[in-house]
Amino acid sequence: MIKIRGLQRLSLGPIDLEVGDGECVSIMGRSGSGKSILLRMIADLDPHAGDALLDDAPCSSMAASRWRSMVTYVAAESGWWAERVADHFAAASVARDILPAIGFPAGALDWPVARLSTGERQRFAILRALQPSTRVLLLDEPTSGLDTASIGMVEALLHDQLARGTSILLVTHDGEQALRMAKRRFLVDDGRLVEDRP
Amino acid sequence: MNEQIIGYPQLGVAALLVLVDAGLSLAFNLGIARSLLVAACRTVVQLLLVGLVLRYVFALSAPTLVVAVALAMTAAASFEIYARQVRRLRGFWGFTVGAGATGLATVLVTSLALATLQPSPWYKPEVVIPLVGIVLGSVMNGVSVSLNAFNTGIVRERASIEARLSLGAPASLAFRPLQQSALRSGMIPIINQMSAAGLITLPGMMTGQILAGMPPFEAAKYQIFVLLLLAGGAGLGALCAVQVAMRRLTDDRERLRVDRITDDGGRP
Repeated sequence: MIKIRGLQRLSLGPIDLEVGDGECVSIMGRSGSGKSILLRMIADLDPHAGDALLDDAPCSSMAASRWRSMVTYVAAESGWWAERVADHFAAASVARDILPAIGFPAGALDWPVARLSTGERQRFAILRALQPSTRVLLLDEPTSGLDTASIGMVEALLHDQLARGTSILLVTHDGEQALRMAKRRFLVDDGRLVEDRP
Repeated sequence: MNEQIIGYPQLGVAALLVLVDAGLSLAFNLGIARSLLVAACRTVVQLLLVGLVLRYVFALSAPTLVVAVALAMTAAASFEIYARQVRRLRGFWGFTVGAGATGLATVLVTSLALATLQPSPWYKPEVVIPLVGIVLGSVMNGVSVSLNAFNTGIVRERASIEARLSLGAPASLAFRPLQQSALRSGMIPIINQMSAAGLITLPGMMTGQILAGMPPFEAAKYQIFVLLLLAGGAGLGALCAVQVAMRRLTDDRERLRVDRITDDGGRP
């Protein structure tokens, strides 16, 4: 379980939240409301007040790299640092097995990054975040550039991760997706996180 | 040696070439005439003034004066490095990183050269000041190009650096590609200079010595010595500057701190 205690940055927060193992919560809100900042604070990518705890172990008590290998942020616009897709994976052999599940042929890891479309980049970015160490996925609009079929494949992959016990915080502008993926849905509004009850 | 080989008439002939370039620029409306003439005038005035000052410094041969001249040259190089940065580290660090790296590399390389050449006295201005000048020029280029490439690259490569950090990579690994390319940019001029030396061009110092009457083989040995010093100085300065800038642009939680760098002020 990941617990968020008093996370605060600029005009956002303090925010408290708990997400259980295998649970997905969605976070919606208008553009610029602070949804991405919230995910980045949880990943400890931006300076902030407050703390996050994974199984009661505070983020502040462990090396940042160890925390992020367990609590992994996937940005809306992914970054790439090598020429070949496979060079971005810690364990390319593991990723190779999942490729067909998100609509890629077996040799896709050998593709050059430069020729990837926006949607392909998004799917690969999610795939590379599925490391053996990952316990929590912080997904920032993971399907915003995808067609309906690809969205279905990504959601199926995420459901599979939930079944394995991975927690997911999903930032999305797609209300239907929030209903499909999350039992608890939240809104960031005026710097606060409020539960969106039907 | 024939010390009168260059007189004012010879300088005038060389200046004609610059005037021809400026004339061509005006004729074809290329817009470089003014900056070319200003730079040429600066070269003439600055070098003649330095010649006069150095004549005075050489005559006095006082260690404090030699150190003061070296410090003034280092300060001028540091301001040049600061002025050439499109993006700078904010606050105190903006000037200090370039100045510190330049000062450190120049002192180390010059000290090594003096320990090797063993002039008597150790502060002999005819040796120390030219050495500091030539080392400083190379260090300044290495530091300013590397630091500029690193600082601008940080903003351009933000997504890829943060992607690696997000996947659990330590900052040293996430920054490595940018560090390598910034250092490569800073070292390319001196690497080119060493690769081309003798085959494609005769370096300026060696050419000057040969024109002034020194035997070519002796001039070559001096040039090799100086080029190796310059390569060492440029590498050391660039490495120091990029390493300190990297430290400054991360924090104890290995975050990328782009808030610690200035914007580009609209410059391309």
